[in-house]
Amino acid sequence: MPEARFRIRRYDPASDPPLRGGQRTDRWEEFTVPYESTLTVLEGLFFIQEKIDGSLSFRYCCRASICGSCAMYIQGKYRLACQTNVRHFDGQVITVEPMPHMPLVKDLVCDMTSFFEKYEYVKPWLIRQSQDPEREIPQSPAERRLLDMPIDCILCGCCYSSCPSMWGEDDYLGPAQLLWLYRFEADSRDEGGRERLAHFDNERGVYRCHTITNCIEACPKELSPTEAIQWLKKAAVRRRLFGRRK
Amino acid sequence: MSVVRHQLVVVGGGLAGLRAAIEARQRGVDVAVLSQVHPARSHSGAAQGGINAALANHPEAHDDTPEKHAFDTVKGSDYLADQAAAQQMTQDAVPAIYEMEHWGCPFSRFDDGRIAQRPFGGAGYPRTCYGADKTGHYLLHTCVQRSLMLGIPFSTEFFVTRLIVNDGVCAGVVAYDMTRGGFHAFLGDAVIMATGGAGRTYSNTTNAIISTGGGAAMAYQAGVPLKDMEFIQFHPTGLYTTNILMTEGCRGEGGYLVNSEGERFMARYAPTAMELAPRDITSRAIWTEILEGRGIDGKAYVHLDLRHLGQAKIAERLPGIRDLAIHFEGVDPVTEPIPIVPSQHYTMGGIDTDVDGATALPGFYAAGECACVSVHGANRLGGNSLLETIVFGRRAGAAAAAYVGRGERPAVPDRVGQSAAAAMEAAVAALVEREGSQDAYQIRVEMTATMKDCFGIFRDQVTMREGLDKLVALKERLDGISLRGSGGVFNLDMMRTVELEGMLDVALATAAGALARTESRGSHARTDFAARDDEHWLRHTIASYRPGEAEPRLDWAPVSLGLFEPQERKY
Repeated sequence: MPEARFRIRRYDPASDPPLRGGQRTDRWEEFTVPYESTLTVLEGLFFIQEKIDGSLSFRYCCRASICGSCAMYIQGKYRLACQTNVRHFDGQVITVEPMPHMPLVKDLVCDMTSFFEKYEYVKPWLIRQSQDPEREIPQSPAERRLLDMPIDCILCGCCYSSCPSMWGEDDYLGPAQLLWLYRFEADSRDEGGRERLAHFDNERGVYRCHTITNCIEACPKELSPTEAIQWLKKAAVRRRLFGRRK
Repeated sequence: MSVVRHQLVVVGGGLAGLRAAIEARQRGVDVAVLSQVHPARSHSGAAQGGINAALANHPEAHDDTPEKHAFDTVKGSDYLADQAAAQQMTQDAVPAIYEMEHWGCPFSRFDDGRIAQRPFGGAGYPRTCYGADKTGHYLLHTCVQRSLMLGIPFSTEFFVTRLIVNDGVCAGVVAYDMTRGGFHAFLGDAVIMATGGAGRTYSNTTNAIISTGGGAAMAYQAGVPLKDMEFIQFHPTGLYTTNILMTEGCRGEGGYLVNSEGERFMARYAPTAMELAPRDITSRAIWTEILEGRGIDGKAYVHLDLRHLGQAKIAERLPGIRDLAIHFEGVDPVTEPIPIVPSQHYTMGGIDTDVDGATALPGFYAAGECACVSVHGANRLGGNSLLETIVFGRRAGAAAAAYVGRGERPAVPDRVGQSAAAAMEAAVAALVEREGSQDAYQIRVEMTATMKDCFGIFRDQVTMREGLDKLVALKERLDGISLRGSGGVFNLDMMRTVELEGMLDVALATAAGALARTESRGSHARTDFAARDDEHWLRHTIASYRPGEAEPRLDWAPVSLGLFEPQERKY
C-alpha cells in the first residue's frame, strides 16, 4: 500500500523546556500514513492523531478552507492543511510546523491572542453617525465591489506570521488587521470619519509596512493586504489634507 | 478548577449564539459566549447561497410577501412545520436582513443599490439575499464584529461538555479550557445552547468536523427532549470525493443537473421547478438516477454543469464554488462539469423549543440548528437556515434576557459549579484508569457508516432495524473504551472521546424516530411506506433520554396548523 510520510515539529508545554515568543523546539517526529490520491494534510494529521499518537494537537473545523483554523507551515510554505493535497508533494517527506514567529500553545497550535486583540483594536465594524433608514442603506454594485477583496479574509493568521515587520519586539498591528480596517474605511456606508485615523496613521500602523509583500504570497485566499495598506496610506493623506477619505 | 459567573451563558459562537448574545447585551445583560473555536471560525461561515426574506427587491418578486414565504416554507416542510412558527420567522425575516445590512453585512447589490436576491429551491419567488456565494461567512463576520463592538466577552476554545442542572433549573455548564487545560464551571441564571447540527454522525456530510451535535446531546442527557430527529436533510450537491458543499445557488444561477446520458433528468421528477425543486425531492432524484445506473461512468455521482453560465457570471456570483471545485475536486467549473453526490447537510430536528427558544427545562434555551422550533418540519428550504439562526437567535436572546431580569430564583452557590466540574474531571479520570480494549475512533467510523447506510435518502424497516441494533451494540462498546491521557492542553484525544458518547445518543434518537415513523414525509422517505400519512403521522416525534437505556422513549406532539391546508406537494 502506498504511503505518505509526515515530519512534524512537536512541542508540549508540559514536558519541553519553555519557549519564548516565536522560539521553536528541535523535536521532530516522523509518521507514516496510508496514501490516497485525495489525501489532504489535515486528513493525514487526523490519521496520526487517531491511530498513532493521540497526543498530537492541531486546530480544525470546516475542512473546506473557509474557517481559517488549520493554517500551518507545510513544506516551507504557509498553507491551510485542509486545502493542501498530499499528491502535490510527489512522494517527498512532508514537513509540518506551526506558523513561524508566533507563540505556541502545543504542537501545531499557535497562540492567536494578540492577533485577535489587534484585530479588535482597529474597530472592525461599521461606524454610523446618521439614522439608519427603514430599509437597506443603498450601495451601488461598484461601491460594493471595493469590498470584494478584504471581506474574503478568514483571519487564519498566515500574513501576520509571514510579515517581517511583525518579527521584532514592536507592536505593529499586522497585515490582516489593516486589511480589515481598509474594508471599513472603503465601505460607502461607513461614517467613521477620523475615528479610525489615529489607529493606522502612525508607526504602529500603515507606515510599518515596507511593501515586502510576504503577506500576499502567504495568503491562502490570494488576497493582498499590501494593496489595502497602500490604499490606507493614501487615505490617511487625504484625510489629513482634505478631511475625507476619497 | 474555577467557577465563573455570568447572568447569561451562551454556548456556541456561530450565528445563532452571537445573535442571541448581541440581543441580551443590548438589553443590559452580562452575557458571555463560550465556543470550541474562535467565533469567526464557526460552521455558520460555511453557508454559501443565501438567506431568505420577502424584501421584494427582485424585478420578478415585486409582490412577494412574508405570507408567501411562510407558505413556501410550510409546503417545503411537507406540512410538518408549525405554521405559526413559520409565519413568525418569515415576518421577522425582513427587519432581520435590514438589521444585518445596517451592521455592515456586505450583501451583493442590484444596480439600484438594493440588496440582490436570487432564486432558490422550493421558493415561489427569487427571495434569497446573498453575498456572492459566501453569505454565511459575511453574516458570521458581521455578527462577530458587532459582538466585539458591544464588548461581549468571548471565552474562545472552551469545549463545553455538560449542563449543570440544580433543583430542576438550568444553572450553567462545565467546560474544558483547551489552551490552558482543566475543567471549569460557568454558572449562569440562564443558558442558551447554540452549537449547531449533528452532521458528523454521518460519514457523508457537508458539515464541519465540529458539527457533532454536542449541544443537543447535552440537553438530551439532561432530560430535555429532542424533536423530529429522524428528519435529516441531504443536500443534492456535495462534491463527490469530500462531500464539501456546492451551494444551491449554483442551480439558482441556472446550473444543470445531468446524468450519464447527458440528460437533464429533473424534467422527470419536477417538470416545473426542474433543478430548483426542494432538496429532498432533488436528492431523491439524483440518488434514483445513480441506483438505476445513470451515474457518470457507472459511479455514484452525477454532474452539476455550470459551463453555460460563462466565466464572468461564475466569477461574479460563484467565485467560492469555483475555488472549492478546483482545490478539492480538481475540476474547474468554467470548463468542466462538477461531480456531485447528495450529502448529509442539515439536522431538521433538535432540542424541542418554542418560538422564543424556551425548552422544558427552566433557564435553558436553544437556537439555531441544534434547536427545533419547528420551522423546517420534514424538509428545510435552502436559505431558511441562516434566517433561522438570526431570527430565533434574537428571540432566544430576548427571552433569556427577560427571564434573567425577572430574577426568579436565588443565585446558585459556587459549590454546585465546583462539584459539577469535579464530577466531569472524575469521569475523564475514570476513562483513563479503565483498561478498555475498544477503540473510540473505530466506534466512530462504524457509527457514521451505519447512519449513512441505514438512515440515508431511502429507508426501510429491515435496514433501519439492522442499523438501530448496530447503534445499540456500539453504545454498549463505549463501556470498553479508555483514554490515553486526561490532562494537558489541546487534548484532542480526550475531547473527541468525550464527544463520541453524545454523538451516539443523538444518532440513536434519529434512528429510533425514523424506525417508528411508518410513512414518507419530506426527507424521511421509506420504500416500504411510500406515501405521506397525515391521518396518523401529521405529528412531531418527541424523543426523551432514558438513563441506562440506549433507545429513547418516544412520544408525539401535535403540529400547529390553521394557515395552510395540507396538500400534495408538486413542483
